[in-house]
Amino acid sequence: MPAMREFLGRRGKFRPQPPADSREAPHIPDDLWTKCPSCGDLIYTKELDRTNRVCPKCHHHFRLRARQRIESLTDPDSFVEWDVDVRPQDPLDFVDGSGGYADKLAQTAKRTGENESLVTGEALIEGRPVALAVADFDFLGASMGSVFGEKLVRAIERAAERRIPVLTVSASGGARMHEGLLSLMQMAKTVAALNRLGHAGVPHIALLTDPCYGGVTASYATVADIIIAEPKALIGFAGPRVIEQITKQKLPEGFQTAEFLLDHGMIDAIVPRDVLRETLGRLFVLYSKAVPRSGART
Amino acid sequence: MTDAPLAAWDRVKLARHPDRPHVLDYIRDLTRDFVELHGDRTFGDDRALIGGIATFNGRTVIVLGHQKGSDTKENIARNFGMARPEGYRKAERLMRHAEKFGFPVLSFIDTPGAEPGIGSEERGQATAIAESLLTMAGLAVPTIALVIGEGGSGGALAIGVADRILMLENSIYAVASPEACAAILWKDASKAAEAAQTMRITANELQAFGLVDEVIPEPAPAHESPRGTIKAAGEVIARHLNDLLAQYPPGDPAAADRLIASRYERFRNIGAWTAV
Repeated sequence: MPAMREFLGRRGKFRPQPPADSREAPHIPDDLWTKCPSCGDLIYTKELDRTNRVCPKCHHHFRLRARQRIESLTDPDSFVEWDVDVRPQDPLDFVDGSGGYADKLAQTAKRTGENESLVTGEALIEGRPVALAVADFDFLGASMGSVFGEKLVRAIERAAERRIPVLTVSASGGARMHEGLLSLMQMAKTVAALNRLGHAGVPHIALLTDPCYGGVTASYATVADIIIAEPKALIGFAGPRVIEQITKQKLPEGFQTAEFLLDHGMIDAIVPRDVLRETLGRLFVLYSKAVPRSGART
Repeated sequence: MTDAPLAAWDRVKLARHPDRPHVLDYIRDLTRDFVELHGDRTFGDDRALIGGIATFNGRTVIVLGHQKGSDTKENIARNFGMARPEGYRKAERLMRHAEKFGFPVLSFIDTPGAEPGIGSEERGQATAIAESLLTMAGLAVPTIALVIGEGGSGGALAIGVADRILMLENSIYAVASPEACAAILWKDASKAAEAAQTMRITANELQAFGLVDEVIPEPAPAHESPRGTIKAAGEVIARHLNDLLAQYPPGDPAAADRLIASRYERFRNIGAWTAV
């Protein structure tokens, strides 16, 4: 598998970043060992980086930060970031139990090293150009607010213009409540942009990763031409706790896992991380032969 | 109507008032020849999101709307206006139907949100909403959405990607229910009134944000003056519909393209950010 060898050759290039999941054991560069939250095994952290943060024993897929994901999917040094200058505002003067939104944004930026929860840009995957939009769950649960929507739509518009496929990588708690209805409307905005992309005959591939819920699952992520999920990722509309509280029913085994969605016909495929890049590369080759319908609306 | 602006939480209570007119009341008072069209042709018929064909203002239209009940028994039958995937798939089907025959779409929003439930997840609640958004965004006929009570999150927006977005004075439209927002951000659902205030969910605030085209005054809160409120809503809908039909005459493909482009620009421009 050349893709994998190439990746192995680039090990250790991951930026030191805080853990993608607070439930998971802390992973800082000095930590020699990381505990797998699934099988409980202690994994040599350098080994975990070599395996693309998949547990060598039980194949648990650890969550990836946006830049780790980009590093793991794209050809070396091919990623060029877009719209870094687009930054969030606090249009509602939103204040909750723990303080103001503006302060929360500043603290989150400092802690995560990101300005927002979506990183966009162009890159090569297996030699093919692609427009990328990757959510960072560490930034306010990768909730979709104005900047998320704007950066995603700009990426889709550029992809339509240049006729390069769009790859979205989602993990999200849903729409960002701190921006109120402006956030909800990003669902319509991003889907409208994909409607245009579709009329232009340019494909959108969506990768759903753990966890993916609410406004993101109910908008751009599920109107993709191809929907791929990572193994065991939790994906749904309403969160499991909400459903349990409201229905007073016990949730079925494996509820809302990628495997559950595949069984119910909601996604095209589950692709393990070690063959993800290769699979995407193959799809991009196949779709490069797409012939747009004549008279298609652009 | 009082002179002092009502606190957000008072609006929430008015928007949810059980005696507030529901979509079938609007259909009864504002349209003729109504025939309800049932079913998503896939799984079932959702009584929480109804649709049909009718004459409004001398013109055939497709009507969609969330239907709440007026009492407990009807609310259980209507699932409290919380639609399931079948409801969104029916709405989406009727939107395409409207486009096929060149009928405008009038949609009446009144839902706490899409149903959270095991069956709804199994049958693709998220996908059903997303597909409805997609179809509505690209629909080649004029669309008007009016929030008559509660505009609850994605379940409301699924029939709200419209050329004109109108709200009744005492309706609300929110990204999440104030209770859900309070439970998540305050870790305390009893802070819902505070959440309602900071979330900016009232019609007037949303108009100030440019998200709503027109706020329709209620002669008295709609549960006290249902007929008067419905009549006022009918006049405003008729005015917007006439305006849209004049700008985008049905049957003209170039006009349909312009209509879709103008709807795109409308949603494309929503958001608040800075470019540093």
